[in-house]
Amino acid sequence: MSSAVVSTSAAQGRPFFFDDEIEPEGSSGDSRPRLSGRAQLDQHPPENHPQSWIPSKILPSTVTPASRLEIRPAPEMVSSGIPAIDALTGGLPRGCLTEICGPSSSGRTTFLLAALAAATRRGEFCTVVDASDALDPHSVASAGVALDRLLWVRCGDNPPQRHPSTPLRACPEPAEGAGSVTEKHGNQKEGCPISRASFAREAGISSQAAFEFAPTESHKSERRLEQVLRATDLLLESGGFGLIVLDLADLPLQAARRIPLTTWFRFRRAIEHTPTILLAIEQQPIAGSCSSLLLQLGAQNSSEETMRWAQSNSSREAAVWESPAQQCRVSMKKENESRRDGTVQAKRSEGDGPALGDVTDANYDDPPSIDTPTHAHLLTELNINAELIRSRLNRKPARSVTFATKTAWAG
Amino acid sequence: MPFACIYVPNFPVAAALRAEPELQARAVAILEGNPPLEKIIAVNEDARRMGIAPAMTKAQAELCSDLALRPRSPLQESAAHAALLDCAQSFSPCVEDTACDTALLDLAGMESLFGSLSEISCAIHQRATTLGLEANIAIASNPDAAVLATRGLCGAGAPARACVAVIPAGKEAEYLGLLPIEVLFPDRLEGEEQKEATRLLETLDRWGIRSLRALAALPEVALSERLGQEGLRLQKLARGAASRTLVPIEAPLLFEEAVELEHPIVLLEPLAFLLNRLLEQLCARLATRALATQELRLTLELANLTGIDEESENVGIPSESDGSSEISTASQIISSRQTKFARILHLPQPMLDAKIFLKLLQLDLNANPPGAPIVKIHLAAEPARPRSAQGGLFLPPMPEPEKLELTLARIAAMVGEQKVGALELLDTHHPAGFRMQRFVAQAPPEKPQKTATSTEESIVTALRRFRPPLRAHVTLENGQPAHLVCKKKDVQGDVLWKAGPWRFSGDWWEREAWSRDEWDIALQNSALQNGETIALYRLVHDLLGGGWFVEGTYD
Repeated sequence: MSSAVVSTSAAQGRPFFFDDEIEPEGSSGDSRPRLSGRAQLDQHPPENHPQSWIPSKILPSTVTPASRLEIRPAPEMVSSGIPAIDALTGGLPRGCLTEICGPSSSGRTTFLLAALAAATRRGEFCTVVDASDALDPHSVASAGVALDRLLWVRCGDNPPQRHPSTPLRACPEPAEGAGSVTEKHGNQKEGCPISRASFAREAGISSQAAFEFAPTESHKSERRLEQVLRATDLLLESGGFGLIVLDLADLPLQAARRIPLTTWFRFRRAIEHTPTILLAIEQQPIAGSCSSLLLQLGAQNSSEETMRWAQSNSSREAAVWESPAQQCRVSMKKENESRRDGTVQAKRSEGDGPALGDVTDANYDDPPSIDTPTHAHLLTELNINAELIRSRLNRKPARSVTFATKTAWAG
Repeated sequence: MPFACIYVPNFPVAAALRAEPELQARAVAILEGNPPLEKIIAVNEDARRMGIAPAMTKAQAELCSDLALRPRSPLQESAAHAALLDCAQSFSPCVEDTACDTALLDLAGMESLFGSLSEISCAIHQRATTLGLEANIAIASNPDAAVLATRGLCGAGAPARACVAVIPAGKEAEYLGLLPIEVLFPDRLEGEEQKEATRLLETLDRWGIRSLRALAALPEVALSERLGQEGLRLQKLARGAASRTLVPIEAPLLFEEAVELEHPIVLLEPLAFLLNRLLEQLCARLATRALATQELRLTLELANLTGIDEESENVGIPSESDGSSEISTASQIISSRQTKFARILHLPQPMLDAKIFLKLLQLDLNANPPGAPIVKIHLAAEPARPRSAQGGLFLPPMPEPEKLELTLARIAAMVGEQKVGALELLDTHHPAGFRMQRFVAQAPPEKPQKTATSTEESIVTALRRFRPPLRAHVTLENGQPAHLVCKKKDVQGDVLWKAGPWRFSGDWWEREAWSRDEWDIALQNSALQNGETIALYRLVHDLLGGGWFVEGTYD
């Protein structure tokens, strides 16, 4: 059964009937297009047995359920940069929207950087549309991302500088670029998302006056969200990127949920049949059924366990420094200390000042004891649990994996 | 050895029509002189049919309501002349700049490249039309015969076949004999040359000599006795027997277009129309020379506005980064009467798309308006070799440079120029030791590195920064943070465990010295919806300023 037959018949509104066995074309001398199944029967009912033609007798054994119709080709899967995730999901699907959600400190950015590093290693160009301007360049470099292949769009609160004293009035920008913004926001005309300046114009006041009052947190979030969506629209229209990341992780959940579902549908349609991977980092799933893959991340160590460690260690001052992940690696402490000292020595040799990264500085008031863990102690092998919530690609049941991260010394 | 001549009849009118193509269907007359003594110096065929002729005054011409009167513009004529030379040099490297409206080119050896002579002449005519010039093309075995033949062809508006002539070798006298005697003298002569030409024409007219054939048939001795060597020279020209060598020029690669406005423009929308026209002309000229551009310089001459403090009108914004930024230079040159506003558009790669250029300029002017009415527009392009890229079936996708540039400009207009681009780490240990640089999608694809070590190294614990860092109130116990309160971001709670401090300092030799202690802490954040969630933060104690800040969260 070919997908072309199904879609054509469905598109033309004709009833169709599926046969398990299709006679190959050219096997008979008849050159007319051959109709199969019920379509054929509708046009040429059996004359000899007009009463005996009962569809119900045929349907149960021959009709394939729609859920089993594999009319969409499976998307190409590429590595996410984390072998455990690749084993869980098969990788990240091209031409699809993937949602990565989780609370703070759940490993979302770690996942993001790993995906970016993997994409740039493949020679692709990537974009991060950063709603909160939260990307740390040193972490990006430490993750192995090729910086010259990464476009960083830092959405923020500061509007571009204008010169209000000009007597010239700006003409509207040509509508070809952002014309793909089709959703309507209230009484706003199509193609122009709500902006405070346009609202001010409609209200009859100058945009300068509209910005005079202090913007609230919700207004900031709306402005950032508007910038994120417009920038994403433009980037998707531009094309050519292997990975486009929408970093909505620090956006308030209320603001993120205000993204219309039509926007996600538009994004999904824009990347369909393209090699672009659209990755959304957020606190909770907001794209609904538009996402082809949904991963829930979280720290593996539960808070109860952590609290127990904290309470048990509260009586011992030296031990309160230890994190849950460290207790099993006490033997590695000395080794890490020596490794860190080596890093500091290397930095000193770079000639960037004698005090840089100087932990054991002589004039430090309260130097930590020798048992004090380092950055690496606290954060090395921070275990992250990834749970596959939904995948429309391979219909695997919900599973989860755990992977560990390393600390990048980027200070 | 064949020579081709490209001749633009009614050159002032042709230059005006090139600048304003919408005037093609109208009667146009070009004025010259100081008001109110302006006189018509050139008219097109429609105006001639209406009875308008050169030397009429402006007042007389204004009686005709359908006539479009335009002042003579040296800028437009120089641009049209440059386009004429571009057209000629796109066919032959040996080009003579004969006059402002005439160019001669040597076609020796060009038949193997462009086909037969008739095909070459048609191609030259077509290219001149592409550049906005209605030109006559003639090919002959000597340069002067080609020049005379072009002057005798039909003017602008005639079908293409009537504007092209190929004179076979040896038949110059036969072809030129049909032409009127006036073709011996150029259209526009000034001073003594014009008087001499007028005297000779009157003399020949009195003799009844009205065609070149009649002049060619005159006895040489008798002609020299009466008109001297000039008469013999004219007779040689009429016979098509004059021979000379071309004086080739090496035209500089200057691509400039300008338009002077009668009335100042006060809106950017009509400015966009003019810019579009100039850009299309520039791109057509660049394409003729098989070039692209990597830098566009727009200079706007602004009307002098009284009451504006010129010093305070610092419209241009010098770029904070190096010269690689897109709009890196903007200057305002204050002159005595008018103000010049300049913008320079740097492109990462050579491009040749007038629409893209227009949108980039529009976005830039939207962000940086000139600030005063515009009276003159000057646009120049720095030529560059067009980029050559070889695609591959198995190469990863790459953004198209033109689209990407436009996308970046639109995003920059939305979020700010310094907030979009590629990262560049600086050679410092300062936490903010990076800067934004221009994103260019032209790096050659590297070979994929599918080693296990590189994959493992990429899984690093990432930090999400708060920009700006969040000021925090920290309660210390034994010199270590025990409780944290931070108004923003709802980051507050008891410190479950902590690590640190690690001291960093730098730039102590400068005024912007910094010194800080860093702590890594874990908070059980009561403000979060899920109370069991623990978040890791980086807490910073500014040793110089004395404050505590939450710099970011490990995620």
